[in-house]
Amino acid sequence: MRPRTHAGTRSLGALSIAALAAGALTACGAQVDTAGGEPSEATGAGCVDTSGDTVKIGFLNSLSGTMAISEQTVHDSLQLAASEINADGGVLGKELEIVTEDGQSEPTVFAEKATKLITSDCVAAVFGGWTSASRKAMLPVFESQDSLLFYPVQYEGLESSPNIFYTGATTNQQIVPGLDYLAEQGVESLFLVGSDYVFPRTANKIINAYAEAHGIEVLGEEYAPLGHTDFSTIVNKVRSADADAVFNTLNGDSNVAFFKEYSNAGLGPDDMPVLSVSIAEEEIGGIGVENVEGQLTAWNYYQTVDTPENAAFVEAFQAEYGADRVTSDPMEAAYDSLYLWKGMVEKAESFDVADVQEAADGVSFDAPEGTVTVNGDNHHIAKTALIGRIGDDGLIYTEWSSDGPIEPDPFLEGYDWAEGLS
Amino acid sequence: MTGMTDRLHTLLAPGRTRALAGFALAAVLLFAVAPVLLSPFRLSLLAKFLCLAMVAVGIGLAWGRGGLLTLGQGVYFGLGAYLMAMHLKLADAGPGGVPDFMSLYGTGEVPWWWEPMRSPAATVLLIVLVPAALAGLLGWAVFTRRVRGAYFAILSQALAAAFAILLIGQQQTTGGTNGLNGFRAFFGYDLTDPVNQRMLYLIAAGVLLLMVLVARQLMVSRFGELLVAVRDAEDRVRFLGYNPAAVKTVAYVVAAVMAAVGGALFVPIVGIISPADVGVVPSIGFLVGVAIGGRATLLGPVLGSIAVSWAQTSISEQFPSGWIYFQGALFIVVIAFLPGGLASLVRRRRRRDSAASPPAPELEERPA
Repeated sequence: MRPRTHAGTRSLGALSIAALAAGALTACGAQVDTAGGEPSEATGAGCVDTSGDTVKIGFLNSLSGTMAISEQTVHDSLQLAASEINADGGVLGKELEIVTEDGQSEPTVFAEKATKLITSDCVAAVFGGWTSASRKAMLPVFESQDSLLFYPVQYEGLESSPNIFYTGATTNQQIVPGLDYLAEQGVESLFLVGSDYVFPRTANKIINAYAEAHGIEVLGEEYAPLGHTDFSTIVNKVRSADADAVFNTLNGDSNVAFFKEYSNAGLGPDDMPVLSVSIAEEEIGGIGVENVEGQLTAWNYYQTVDTPENAAFVEAFQAEYGADRVTSDPMEAAYDSLYLWKGMVEKAESFDVADVQEAADGVSFDAPEGTVTVNGDNHHIAKTALIGRIGDDGLIYTEWSSDGPIEPDPFLEGYDWAEGLS
Repeated sequence: MTGMTDRLHTLLAPGRTRALAGFALAAVLLFAVAPVLLSPFRLSLLAKFLCLAMVAVGIGLAWGRGGLLTLGQGVYFGLGAYLMAMHLKLADAGPGGVPDFMSLYGTGEVPWWWEPMRSPAATVLLIVLVPAALAGLLGWAVFTRRVRGAYFAILSQALAAAFAILLIGQQQTTGGTNGLNGFRAFFGYDLTDPVNQRMLYLIAAGVLLLMVLVARQLMVSRFGELLVAVRDAEDRVRFLGYNPAAVKTVAYVVAAVMAAVGGALFVPIVGIISPADVGVVPSIGFLVGVAIGGRATLLGPVLGSIAVSWAQTSISEQFPSGWIYFQGALFIVVIAFLPGGLASLVRRRRRRDSAASPPAPELEERPA
């Protein structure tokens, strides 16, 4: 038995060396071959086909996994925008052809599907992504393939890529105005509660710097793992700290447990208001209106915003998906992103990435939230900040608004107190 | 049909000539056929699947042969991946440089435990040594206390959960939920160049073949027989004078190193490593392909793992949200009706075909 095994090792070893050598040779041959084989796949965005009556674009949202509940809503509003645009004659006279891919709530899958959309489907632009991890995973893909991503969710800033357009808020359009509002209301101490991931940690770093510069005391900073549902300890700490307000960056299901515990502990908007930056109309139903009524939120859009564009948007959305559906900030930002891309393409009179980038600066759209304008330097958009209060009907009503659209400043370069943050 | 069954046979059978033929066929497929047939994107995808299959080879050895139901291979996969990612980040930052995310989210200083990864040689060494040491220590501590079965499974899963939480909590030095990403070069080779992506694929294919070879040699060796004996009758092995803890620890360490090497190659191919790839869910995901392929066979885990990954991608492309149901259904069918995995189908067929030859030893149909 044993000698045979050894003989086997030797012959297998020899064979493996032969196989590796053969492999190396084939590899070289194949490299030369690629030029004739599938040239379109290797050159990435260069394969976009605009010769026909249609142009392909990609929608990349998580349709399965933990993020599906949020990202499906964004997918719905992207579909709405696409069918509106198609009904109106398309973009540069070409009908939009949608390729849908599922990000599966996994950053690596987002990177894989983005590559597929760009190199195999040859889409002119991709719309989607939600978590920062998914965006960070896709960024190198869009840069190396030189294609375009439209990212529709408010995020922690500190990023700017020529290949990404950020149509949600950056920190100076959501968190900073939120703090301005609280300071205006005479808040002198804050308690920070957040989920343990990049957005809350970065947001709280900014809040701490703001607080120090504006004489606000931060009495505590607590993080719960994503999906955490036991908030008795944290709520106890919040209560005993007795701050003037709570700044909440919790995400998803954790909000349900936090607000239930919060109202159980006898705390409410009158004695210790909570300002949340991740709770929109979509989430309020899940948390239960009775637990969050009267609490504050910071966004750039609410379903109740009073503009003719919003009335049309909400009506069209509910006609398509049902009268019980609500519209929220990320959905509206996604809806805007498709129209902004259309505006850029039509200004450039080309689907070419370089032409679109060149034309981007100053492109604006009369969005449901009000007029939004693309900043060509950092690829974010100027948006109006709205502080809202949650009503007893589960909708959010604007309480305070910034003086017109705020220019995006993802690295907070225009704020003295933020020096050294990035 | 018979031709295909025969070929599968050859791939899965334990005999030496068959192994040789199977190995040669796999080498031809991986090195000659795939690079010619597949587009650069699909080839890169296959490279990613090969990295995941490396983890599967190790699980096949530890779980299929050794009965160690390890629900925490994500830890070792992650260790290898993060060590490699740290090196790539440091290399991108240049000598004495600070990785971009540290200046954005952290203190702007490189912590001491990152420093060894500035050296490529040290990185490669640590990718093997760190997981081996961790698995060795943990395995020894656990197996000498005769922790086994479900208790070992729970322990290994808790380890994966703890590892992911640790990574998320240390955002300033690990990138938190974003993980480490945005690599530009791999040991000096530009990662955006399709030729280098092809090189990475070939490296992954070569390493996987090597691992299968190692696994085969281990399986047919005395150690392999002891491992199966420990799985099936640990007390008897002990009464015979062997130390089952040592046998299990070796299998666990080998599985850990294979997972770590898979993780290390995964990073330059996929371009990101985040806690989502190392926690409980991906750790269980590694098992799915192994179970479906046939955990106690040599090639079952590899082929099962690649097939499941491939199916996941293609089904998800056709039915964007339907994949998850298909995976669940497949898993249920295999566990309920084919506990030995798809490989047991081939073996059953073979036994029926050649009733004259003695039956292959029943390795795959015992519970872990």
